Amino acid sequence: MIAELGQAALILAFVVALLQAVLGFTGVAVRDPVFHRFARSGAIVQFVLVASAFACLTALFAVSDFSVMVVAQNSHTLKPMIYKLSGVWGNHEGSMLLWALILTGYTAALSLLGQHVAPRLITLTFSVQSLITAAFIAFLIFTSNPFARLFPVPLDGADLNPLLQDPGLASHPPMLYAGYVGFSITFSFAVAALIEGRVDARWARIVRPWALTAWTFLTIGIALGASWAYYELGWGGWWAWDPVENASLMPWLAGTAFIHSLRVMEKRDTLKAWTILLALIAFSLSLAGTFLVRSGVLTSVHAFAVDPERGVFILGILILVIGGSLTLYGLRAGQLKPTGVFAEVSRESTLLVNNLFLAAACALVFFGTFYPLFITTVSDETISIGAPFYHATFIPMMAVLFLLVPVSVMLAWKRGKLGPIAKKLTPAFIAAIAAGLIALWVAEREAIAGAIGTALAVWVGLGVLLDLKSRVKLFEIDFAASWARAKRLPAGVWAMTVAHFGLAVLIFAVTGVSAWKDETSAFLMPGQSLELDGYSIELVDVVRSDRENFVSQAGTLAVSRNGRELGQMIAERRFYPVREMTTTESAIRTRLDGDLYATIGEGIEGRGWPVHAYLYPLAIWLWIGSALLALGGLLAIGDRGRRALSARIPAARKPAPSYEGGMG
Amino acid sequence: MMGRWLAFIPLVVFAVMALYFGMGLREDPSAIPSQLIDEPLPAFDLAPVAGSEQGLSNADLAGHVSLVNVFGSWCPPCAIEHPMLMQIARSGVVPIYGVDWRDTPEAGAAWLARHGNPYTAVGLDPESHLAIDLGITGAPESFLVDAAGRVRYRHVGMITQADWTETILPLIRELDAS
Amino acid sequence: MMRALIACLALALALTSAALAAPSPDEAFADAATEHRARGLYTQLRCVVCQSQSIDESGASLAQDMRIVVRERLVAGDTDAEILDYMQARYGDYVLMLPPLQANTLVLWGLPFFILLLGGVLIVVYVRRQARGLASELSPEEEAELAALMDEEGQ
Repeated sequence: MIAELGQAALILAFVVALLQAVLGFTGVAVRDPVFHRFARSGAIVQFVLVASAFACLTALFAVSDFSVMVVAQNSHTLKPMIYKLSGVWGNHEGSMLLWALILTGYTAALSLLGQHVAPRLITLTFSVQSLITAAFIAFLIFTSNPFARLFPVPLDGADLNPLLQDPGLASHPPMLYAGYVGFSITFSFAVAALIEGRVDARWARIVRPWALTAWTFLTIGIALGASWAYYELGWGGWWAWDPVENASLMPWLAGTAFIHSLRVMEKRDTLKAWTILLALIAFSLSLAGTFLVRSGVLTSVHAFAVDPERGVFILGILILVIGGSLTLYGLRAGQLKPTGVFAEVSRESTLLVNNLFLAAACALVFFGTFYPLFITTVSDETISIGAPFYHATFIPMMAVLFLLVPVSVMLAWKRGKLGPIAKKLTPAFIAAIAAGLIALWVAEREAIAGAIGTALAVWVGLGVLLDLKSRVKLFEIDFAASWARAKRLPAGVWAMTVAHFGLAVLIFAVTGVSAWKDETSAFLMPGQSLELDGYSIELVDVVRSDRENFVSQAGTLAVSRNGRELGQMIAERRFYPVREMTTTESAIRTRLDGDLYATIGEGIEGRGWPVHAYLYPLAIWLWIGSALLALGGLLAIGDRGRRALSARIPAARKPAPSYEGGMG
Repeated sequence: MMGRWLAFIPLVVFAVMALYFGMGLREDPSAIPSQLIDEPLPAFDLAPVAGSEQGLSNADLAGHVSLVNVFGSWCPPCAIEHPMLMQIARSGVVPIYGVDWRDTPEAGAAWLARHGNPYTAVGLDPESHLAIDLGITGAPESFLVDAAGRVRYRHVGMITQADWTETILPLIRELDAS
Repeated sequence: MMRALIACLALALALTSAALAAPSPDEAFADAATEHRARGLYTQLRCVVCQSQSIDESGASLAQDMRIVVRERLVAGDTDAEILDYMQARYGDYVLMLPPLQANTLVLWGLPFFILLLGGVLIVVYVRRQARGLASELSPEEEAELAALMDEEGQ
């Protein structure tokens, strides 16, 4: 009954979405305001319907209704409730329903929050958005029905992959999708602008909060995925350049370029055609990522069940959405003329360079991911592309980009001077060189890579702090005045500083975890210990026990350093009988200077248990750096932008008509 | 003006991608083509299973068309494929040689005793030396070797009736004739 | 795909020894330098069964055997390049994590840097061209006032 209700809700949602798209486009064409009202309420109705369908699916998982196929394939009565619930999106059909939920959620949010956007623009945006929604719901109904029944009904489910029974699972996909799907709004805004044939700073101001929201969610989603891999997979790996991971990195790179380009457009009314293109590309990459994961064109640990029929349907959606929007772009891009101009030395031009590097990096990751596919379609040969390729190309490219960050942050808009900036940044330069030399001297492994990473991190981190210092004239005027200045700084400046400082932290963390890591392993009997970089790890005992849906073998490890006892940690192996899978639960001792990471393997009679120990310096700063990036994004959403600034400039100064538009 | 066409470049790039994606849907991304086709079979000399005197080496295959089958007692699809191999052996069309991969001599002998032995000769490859030389990615895999000792065809996975009648048998006839 | 999956499962079920996704302690060389070389080589070779991992990470028994072969070659005195060639001869380009620079990978290796170069040139041309329109739009007094305002806002 519940399944049928859910199915009905989905079909209704499809009809409403299609209707909204058609009516919206018609309404704009005939210029009838009635359609504008329908557009807003239609958005809410879509969301309510899809949310109902999602609620139905959740209920089915909660009660373990195995007459529904996806529940039978992906759940089990013995599973803890939280993982029954998060299992809703741990499979292809459910995750697609989550996609649709978030898609309509964003549309509804736009309806509630975009009250002051020009009617024509927003109706067009809703129409495009609804078209995309209709396509996705059609995909659900026709190829991936979450409510399909199973007969005969099995007595119990096939259980969820134990690797996915983790708090990370509950949070990683929804966050990631909120990021991917968030770019659908900016995409729709871009297409709407192309249809209208004009775009300006007002458009950029409206779109920016949505772009930042999507970007922030995507940042958090990727960080959660990486942290999940780090804690779950048993050897501290957090990024494997796996095709599905790359599928989330590409929209992130395009999205980062986009938020920077939007800023230029908003402030200076230039780079319009490029910014619109980025809006189209960011979402196109999200769609292409979906294609990757569900079509079976590439192998990956993440990939869902393979089904070429679905692949064909998604390819159809891609051709419609991406092909359609890019055709429109080709036709209309020429009409988007800039009004602002800028000098060769200016913040705009550094942001253009920033965009170039991000675009090239995105192309790099794109080729790295899809090239093997291209080769197999045109020849009999296969190649594969793994981490070493990206280490050789992506990292150097990014390193060069990072050099630019402090300079860009300090440069003035429109026309800047490099001389004063060079003076202001000299301390950062000296500190970076010094830090690099220290790292070179002190490091026991990978000294050169570590030194470069350290120098870069200090350059970026100290550089942006020096920028903040100069904005509040710290130490140049008295402290109270500096404080007053700091309080008056626009949120955007804080956002920029926090985010780029977070970047510096990330650079340092990645350097530590990659260049300075160490590991060792040995067979240990209880009482024996192994040594790693001054730490001594002793196997105390190993205990077997039966738990909810797995059998556990837990080894207690005592950690000490220079004879001083530091504590105990437990490394576990779990065997899940239903799926006949074994997972490792690592023992991790987290400190600010690094993680001590240990796992235990299958014991061998007479020899003991194999214990693996790893040292990952600065590991926790990976997550702190990511959090700072996300915080920067959040702060930037709070920046009221030009409207707030222009309100303070006396009326005589205001250029051209001022618009009331914006998200508020 | 050239500038007008510049804006269509993204569309052109996408069209090319879409074409490749469409073609890619028909490919099996995990298939690794064999490096051995038309190359001589690597040299090997494998020990026998428990209870046998003779193992398996290149010399056994010389002068006639052979089917080399890589299997293991731990491999369920191999058990499923086995009746097909027995059938081929009974037909006498081509001698089958077995490479018992990652098994102890006892495990290999026990498995053959239980399921039957379609092999003219069987050898053990406990540490995958031959398997890696053959470029094996899993079991079962089979190779068709011609009279000169060159590998002419590699089959990944179980040999089904359809595989036999449509692909392997015709190829054997062709090789026998030449 | 199905076949690879079955093969992978078959191997997984066969695992009796340490099924850690990393080389077992038994596999380590006593000499740290050689061990470092071995681990480096492992990360360069793809596990052909569970294809999204290197043989350094994979717990498959074929991965373990490939590691053994790498170590045998190291002991036999092969250079790193020779060992990678050895595996490439048996499994093809696929087994190499770093795609070799050859005719069919020229686009892969070249395109991103070409984009960087071409984009750089285009940017220089574009910025120069539009910067010419940068006649002074504000009078000196207005420029000074604007500078003071921007200073106040911390821009």
